[in-house]
Amino acid sequence: MSKTNTKPIAFVRDAMLAEQTPPVLASGPLAWVKRNLFDGVFNSILTLVAIYFVYLIVSGAFPWFYNGVWSTNSLAECREILQGKTGGCFSVLTERWPQLLFGFKYPSEEYWRPTVAFFALFFAAAPVLFNKLPRKMLIITAIFPLVAFWLIWGGSLIVPVMVALGLIVGYVVFTKLEYQSFAMGLIGGILATVIFWSFMGYVTEPLSDVLALEPVPSRDMGGFMLNFILGVVCVSLSLPLGIMLALGRQSDMLIIKWICVVFIEFIRGVPLITLLFVANVVLGYFLPPGSNFDLILRVIIMITMFSAAYIAEVVRGGLAALPKGQAEAAGSLGLDYAQSMRLIILPQALKISIPGIVNVAVGLFKDTVLVSVISMFDLVGMIRGPILASTEWNGVYWELWLAAVLFFFPICYGISQYSQWLERQLATGHR
Amino acid sequence: MTTLSDPPKGGFRVSMLINDTRYRSYTFQFIALIALIAAFAYLGSNLIANLKAAGLNISYRFLGEPAGYDINQRLIEYTSQSTHMRAAVVGMLNTLLVAVVACFFATVIGVIVGVLRLSNNWLVNKLMGVYVEIFRNVPVLIWILIIMAVFVAVLPQPREFRGDDATASMVFGSFAFTGRGFYFPKPVFGPGSLFVVLTFAASLVGIWGYRRYAKQQLFDHGRMVSTLWPSIGLFFVPVIAMFFIMGQPITLDYPALKGFNFQGGIYARNSFIALTFALSIYTAAFIAENVRAGILAISTGQTEAAASLGLRPGRIMNLVILPQALRVIIPPLISQYLNITKNSSLAIAVGYMDVTGTLGGITLNQTGRAIETVLLLMAFYLVISLSISAVMNVYNNSVKLKER
Repeated sequence: MSKTNTKPIAFVRDAMLAEQTPPVLASGPLAWVKRNLFDGVFNSILTLVAIYFVYLIVSGAFPWFYNGVWSTNSLAECREILQGKTGGCFSVLTERWPQLLFGFKYPSEEYWRPTVAFFALFFAAAPVLFNKLPRKMLIITAIFPLVAFWLIWGGSLIVPVMVALGLIVGYVVFTKLEYQSFAMGLIGGILATVIFWSFMGYVTEPLSDVLALEPVPSRDMGGFMLNFILGVVCVSLSLPLGIMLALGRQSDMLIIKWICVVFIEFIRGVPLITLLFVANVVLGYFLPPGSNFDLILRVIIMITMFSAAYIAEVVRGGLAALPKGQAEAAGSLGLDYAQSMRLIILPQALKISIPGIVNVAVGLFKDTVLVSVISMFDLVGMIRGPILASTEWNGVYWELWLAAVLFFFPICYGISQYSQWLERQLATGHR
Repeated sequence: MTTLSDPPKGGFRVSMLINDTRYRSYTFQFIALIALIAAFAYLGSNLIANLKAAGLNISYRFLGEPAGYDINQRLIEYTSQSTHMRAAVVGMLNTLLVAVVACFFATVIGVIVGVLRLSNNWLVNKLMGVYVEIFRNVPVLIWILIIMAVFVAVLPQPREFRGDDATASMVFGSFAFTGRGFYFPKPVFGPGSLFVVLTFAASLVGIWGYRRYAKQQLFDHGRMVSTLWPSIGLFFVPVIAMFFIMGQPITLDYPALKGFNFQGGIYARNSFIALTFALSIYTAAFIAENVRAGILAISTGQTEAAASLGLRPGRIMNLVILPQALRVIIPPLISQYLNITKNSSLAIAVGYMDVTGTLGGITLNQTGRAIETVLLLMAFYLVISLSISAVMNVYNNSVKLKER
């Protein structure tokens, strides 16, 4: 024992080893490649297949883009330039760009109007989408629909102003009557608005030249603009309707509950195409004889009903997720039904259901292309109809469909990313 | 002494109808009912007035009249002399055919993609992510039209299969993929084939019975009975034996090029193939997300607990993870099936004659009976939707967590 203490131990190192870099395969990019791409036989095969697949796509698409022709007036000219090489005739997009955007009937000197409305939409939507922006921007949101209507459809500015005045009159009446009961206020407000609107014609008729833009009839709307109008209008209209349907479905009043249940289940059970058929060929029979609703309005009515039913189901999910104690607490504070809904229940329920509502909105925006089936010239209708059927561009498929994909993808992807972001923002950890 | 909760004394006043919560709901329901009846009466009177003005009436008699148009893809016998009713039934069967085939392929692709999206392989993971996002965020109608255009433009025409220097050839000499559609060999059931089919059915029952027996052995006596190889054996051996005993009664009818087109075999039109394919890969993107969410919903503690009990990885998947994941996956999966069925009505865009194309398309245009045909069309889809929802409810109740 004493020996070990006295003698120096030969096998104990007394100098530190110099630091060495880790093996190449244990850290750095190669390690990442090994761990993430070639981890085992099966994984390696998968990677090789995937690389081959990507190579196929890139090698096919690259010359097509690289040799692309952007400035000819017909497919024949384009093929002449290409001389058998692989290459896209993107000139169909440059030549028909206004048609893809606005349809083939919208007067070309008025293109600035929908364009302005489109960019104004961003300012109008921003305060709704982002909570942190100043609340005063909501004024833009409030006047946007009227301005957009005036810009896109044209006519006198007096008409939207009078419509807005009618809404304001209704709101004033509502606030005056609200202290009696919410229902009284609502009925009074609606009555006042309707009465105001029915006498609106006496003012708008003589003043129809004030600040008038050239009117454009609905049937001249087309292209991606039509998809956008349908999407924005129907989503905004269906939100209040959907919330009302959801509340009705939750109600204790049997008759109201069953009206809502039958409506929701019926709409959700049939494809949108059949509803568009209704708008196209059936709805006219149910409107007063001699009335002439134009097709775009009938389509808006049907698509709004369609998405309202889906939104109602989403909101119902949100309402069901709230603990019952919230409603009971509101009741015990002395709030009546309307107050507890407006102040306690709906703000929380809607917050939970925002991702679902956004999903419905994306789905609805995608579904607006179905109007091409009832021969309206939206983006798909324009491509299938006037562009592919024209003598100049008969036979151009890839370029046009790629453009269609690129029109829809960024918007839908952006909205769904926004919804995921919002979900993270609103996550309070408890519901 | 009176308390605040006592009902107010005194008689009934009219204002109580709107102010008293006991009566208010009756008032509202009464108003709603009146409004509903008024709305229906208004719409109905408009309808009658419009029909009278147009000289029409509501009648389903046209269903019994000869349709007078041809349907190129049909599962049951149909000629242009058949009735409109028959045309509608042909369309319904075509709808169901597309829906069932597309549901099958969408499930297969969706499950594979969903699992691959969870893989450790970075490249595969990202590729699947790109696939899912691209397909989810572009309308299905655009996909259907793109795939139809690709089919017509890229695949060879039947004439290119002809001659000695043919630019296209059949796969395995029996499958032809052309721009007009796909041609498959068709099984022809000769005399005696009934026995083969019966044997096949019997062996399926046998496999089921054997697996039950194996499970019983495991539960009652703790004995593990191997099931894989006996099942495979039961599946193949009796059928093949019977096939040769009966003298090979089932033969294949191969498609062959005659003149300008292929004859024989099963012919699937390009519209059918494009529609099915587009619906499958579009819906598969949604199903992949459901599958991924379902698998992620099972906490890793479950896997670890099962492993610490000594289960093998395969059994962990089969006995612990899948049963729980399926509870999350199946309800959205079924609603995706519902979506496929409803989206199959887009067949009208590529000229596939589903029920929207026959009843809601040509029949409507020929007879001009818009209200009747659209009502029938809606009723058909509604029946399918409601029955699928009913199946879903039964399933949800059966897999619901049993809380005791």
